[in-house]
Amino acid sequence: METKQGAARWRFPLTPTRCVLIALALLGLALSAYRLAAGLGAVTNLNDHWPWGLWIGFDVLTGVALAGGGYSTCLLVYVLNVAKFKSIARSALLTSLIGYLLVLFGLFMDIGRWFNFWRPFVSWGYHSVLFEVFWCISLYTLIQLLEFGHIATEKVGTAKLHRFFEKILPVLFIIGIVLPTLHQSSLGSLYLIEVGKLYPLWWSPFLPLFFLTSSFFVGPAMVMLETSLSGKVHHSTPEPQVYNGLIKVTGFMMVFYLLLKIYDLVSRGVLNLAFQNTLEGHMFLLEMLGGIIIPLLIFAVPAWRTSRTGQVVFSVLVTAGLILNRMNVVFTGMSRSLGGHYFPSFIEWAVSIGIVALGVLVYLFVVENFNILPQGRDVQQEKEGSTRAAA
Amino acid sequence: MAQGKAVLVDVTKCVGCESCSVACRLYNELPPEKTGAEKHELEAGQWTVVQAHTVDYKGEKVRRFVKNQCMHCLEPACASACFAKALQKTPEGPVVYNAKLCVGCRYCILACPFDIPKYEWDQVFPKISKCQMCLSRVAKNEMPACVSVCPTGALTFGDRDAMLKEAHKRIAQAPDLYANYVYGENEAGGTSWLYLTDVPFQQLGFNTGVVKKPLPGYTERVLRWTPGIAVGWGALLTGMYFYNRRRGEVEKEEQGKKKII
Repeated sequence: METKQGAARWRFPLTPTRCVLIALALLGLALSAYRLAAGLGAVTNLNDHWPWGLWIGFDVLTGVALAGGGYSTCLLVYVLNVAKFKSIARSALLTSLIGYLLVLFGLFMDIGRWFNFWRPFVSWGYHSVLFEVFWCISLYTLIQLLEFGHIATEKVGTAKLHRFFEKILPVLFIIGIVLPTLHQSSLGSLYLIEVGKLYPLWWSPFLPLFFLTSSFFVGPAMVMLETSLSGKVHHSTPEPQVYNGLIKVTGFMMVFYLLLKIYDLVSRGVLNLAFQNTLEGHMFLLEMLGGIIIPLLIFAVPAWRTSRTGQVVFSVLVTAGLILNRMNVVFTGMSRSLGGHYFPSFIEWAVSIGIVALGVLVYLFVVENFNILPQGRDVQQEKEGSTRAAA
Repeated sequence: MAQGKAVLVDVTKCVGCESCSVACRLYNELPPEKTGAEKHELEAGQWTVVQAHTVDYKGEKVRRFVKNQCMHCLEPACASACFAKALQKTPEGPVVYNAKLCVGCRYCILACPFDIPKYEWDQVFPKISKCQMCLSRVAKNEMPACVSVCPTGALTFGDRDAMLKEAHKRIAQAPDLYANYVYGENEAGGTSWLYLTDVPFQQLGFNTGVVKKPLPGYTERVLRWTPGIAVGWGALLTGMYFYNRRRGEVEKEEQGKKKII
């Protein structure tokens, strides 16, 4: 009986999809090892015109923003105590943790002299935005690992350890909101020094505020996307009013974002650039229409907002809009001043896809083996209740 | 020498002999020039190049030669962007690179308004490659290797304020010859390399759109808020956390009382 329980303790059923994911992840990891041995120039299409490419643009800048669901949910559930979002809190924190681990992995792949990665910890270039980003992301990942310690010790480790995590949790939550607030905005500040290089539709003194706000409002959209996807697999979809509430949080933040954007463009006198027949103008309009204005229409019409389809379309558009925004800053907005050509190489794609596949696998494993989704938690609580009653 | 040393480049005096780039290669022990390099541009191991431009000027085709290298900004964006202090402005004037500290993030390449730093893409552990303005020579008050070999007097070395004065003196003495502009006087807040020319600068490949304010200020203005935001936001969150927790407890207690009643 004992041994049987031990074997059943960890489960990870292999489906065809998961086999594909495992293959992609293994390919990505193998190519990552090759990249570390061969150097950046040998495996990427980066060049002196385009020193930053897919790994920074997608894996890091977009990855951190998409992982923003962790801190925004943490703020809503644990600080503002909004009870109805509690059911999604753990999956949001988990996605965020995995997201940040992938970001750190991507960052490590991208630095040319990776044996020197620890230098900024001792050689303080405090005048650099990257310095703040580096410290905040490293510390925040540590904080999130400790937060996960609270969940993990429900299953492994001692009860004493669990109580320790329980005790320090409030501190972790508060630091775990302050740090992302700083570095989400700092990722925007990275491009402040590109004044004169980044196209004026995207360069703005408000860049940090734009990056912060959008990372906050994409959080709930990502949580909706991911819980409805994983809900299908794990038969645990949050109740409609949870999604309704999440859309409202995102919607109000997006109204603020849109107003600030219009004010910014008008006050700098560059709004007309959006309506010129240029690549930049088209991409900007696509980003604003698809990622902000159409989602806001769905938000504004109660019948759309409450329908399942409306909610899915909303979260897909908001997420895609954010990805497009970051891509526009890194690529579209810089192409005119950087010149030259860049398109990611096969290895760059394979590593990026591979680590996302790895992230999905880790998410699935943790969800199936720890108390993450609402249903699983109820089962656990019931069990605890019944054992307590029995005792 | 409050602003350190500087070099004044007088484009009207340059004949494109390339002595400067050869001297640079020898003094800094750079690898030999790649054969068959068609484009004459800065790249890894090529800290300076002389670019030839054929332009229409006052109704005739003229040839001008422009020496290209790091501008050594007074407030360099690259050094401000470096999060490991691998790039630093020295009091003598040169902006120098210390590979030992470099992580290889390439933010400096992106930050430079003149697109100067290049990367050793063919190396496993690439270094940044750019002109160091011969710091060891400049520190001894000797001119950089390139200046020391210039046969035509196109390059002049001295204190920056003296070089600026010299540039404006030349313009004043020959206003018909020179364009009335000293490139580098105000670009990116001022640079340690200054240029004089007769042909308008934009026809010679100069980026005339460079912001005139020092670039590090753009980020410093924002970074300055960081400690305040961290402390203030943290305090606000802590306050809200305890307030809402207490409110939750009170609600529970009241619900409990109602149940008892």
